[in-house]
Amino acid sequence: MSGKTLSEKIIGEHCGREVKAGEVVIVDVDLSYVQDGTGPLTVRRMKEMGLEKAYDPQKTIFFLDHASPSPRMELSNDHEFLRDFARKTGSILSDVGNGISHHNSIEKYACPGDIIVGADSHTCTNGALGAFGTGMGSTDVAAAIALGKTWMKVPETYLVEVNGRLPKGVYSKDIILHLIGTISANGATYKALEFTGDTIKNMSTAGRSTIANMSVEAGAKAGIFPPDEETRNFLKAMGREEAFRELKSDEDAGFEKRIEIKADELEPLIACPHLVDNVKKISEIGRVKVDEVFIGTSCNGRLEDLHIAASILKGHTINPNVRVIVTPASRLVYMEALRDGTIETFMNAGALFTASGCGACDGVHLGILGDGEVCLATQPRNFKGRMGDPDSFIYLGNPAVAAATALTGEISDPREVM
Amino acid sequence: MGKAWKFGDSISTDLIAPGRYFHLRSNLPELAKHVLEPARPEFASQVHAGDFVVAGENFGLGSSREHAPTIIKIAGVKAVLARSFARIFYRNCINIGLPAITCNTEEIEEGDELELDMQKGVVRNRTKGTELEFPPLPPIMNRILEEGGLVAFIKAHKNLEI
Repeated sequence: MSGKTLSEKIIGEHCGREVKAGEVVIVDVDLSYVQDGTGPLTVRRMKEMGLEKAYDPQKTIFFLDHASPSPRMELSNDHEFLRDFARKTGSILSDVGNGISHHNSIEKYACPGDIIVGADSHTCTNGALGAFGTGMGSTDVAAAIALGKTWMKVPETYLVEVNGRLPKGVYSKDIILHLIGTISANGATYKALEFTGDTIKNMSTAGRSTIANMSVEAGAKAGIFPPDEETRNFLKAMGREEAFRELKSDEDAGFEKRIEIKADELEPLIACPHLVDNVKKISEIGRVKVDEVFIGTSCNGRLEDLHIAASILKGHTINPNVRVIVTPASRLVYMEALRDGTIETFMNAGALFTASGCGACDGVHLGILGDGEVCLATQPRNFKGRMGDPDSFIYLGNPAVAAATALTGEISDPREVM
Repeated sequence: MGKAWKFGDSISTDLIAPGRYFHLRSNLPELAKHVLEPARPEFASQVHAGDFVVAGENFGLGSSREHAPTIIKIAGVKAVLARSFARIFYRNCINIGLPAITCNTEEIEEGDELELDMQKGVVRNRTKGTELEFPPLPPIMNRILEEGGLVAFIKAHKNLEI
């Protein structure tokens, strides 16, 4: 009998028996959360179900991160609705300014081996810690909050092995863009992506969170990293080393597919409008003038990402034809960037630094594009209309590309300014 | 019987329920007036009850926003037919009681009159006189859909069971 994948092991632990890929099972859920875009519908669905209590309020979180702080009366009312429900059920409320759900989750709540469901497609970000995090809709999460469980099909796993040293100007963002560009936006639909190899072993949790976050852009149900010494150190830095546990796929686990990526052969990549799998090498895209550069949010909003961009901007001034918006992922990242002078570097260069949250990525506030405008963003998505205007154009790249672009006003190769 | 509205590949939830109308998410009938607006601006005002959304690969990719299938349903659409669906969108459709049918949609043209037979697992194309078979849903999804969606299912059973 063949061994188990990491996902099979985690799911098996949560339904009390051994499972194999392809089975449909009911699992206990360790953490359920919603955000302000999906939460009001979740609460209404709970009311319709006649279940208005959280099964475990301390494992239920309401994040206000998408329209944060609220730019409109309607959304202020949604926020009040969620605050009120969180209070009534005794659940955890993460109010405006605390930042993005997934990053607060990996800092404070998620543990290796957990099953986490969130009414946000990027809940797979929790895979950075070795948790099985997956995005669902409002009704599924309503059921998970009320019952403490959900149903799921045990996914087959694609093992992605990344080896080699990342060249200058190339980061974890380029690894995941390369993967999505290679297998396409539905290349891993229903599958779990599991990442290993020496590049991954030497990668920070921040770098892993970028890859885990964008796993859904290949259609995956989860993007998971076996928890290792790096995970232990990250949890220790967050003051919760006791949450650490080692967990990995068996040597003889049944992987549906193995994908190899040679990190040392990569170069900075760009996802061009209007699909995330429209990936090109930066050297192939020609001259693209931009109006806005957006650094941060759920995909590249950790301190390490801000440092990459700030190191390029330090001592320089951004191009006068570009506005540069920086949005850290969480309050913790904001505070770290405040203390170590990173915010000052951005401000001196002429950039704008916002409160932590989803920022401009969801098209609601803090940097909505106008007709015909072009943006280079570090966010996970570039769909038509994503940043509020269906007549605008979004290119995705790593934080160094974003900083180099901020200096020149057109999409630029960071290797030329590093 | 209803008419086919054809869409291409990769119709994201940003095209179905655009982020610029984020503030209407607690007012679904208003949000439904903008359903699929950037893809086909005339759709919301001209779609009739019982019509079909017919698309290519990876329909519903992107955000988990359940508002996307919900406003397709509110607009009166009988079912979404696509060559393939994004995972979260597909699950959301079943949960809200909107049939999401995976079939070879290339054979359907804009305006074809279609009829859905869930029991037999076929889409009948009355215009072309053809039948398109589709695979049955996994048993748990079939039960949820048959009972009218996950809210009705949980209301009836007070629990999740397979």
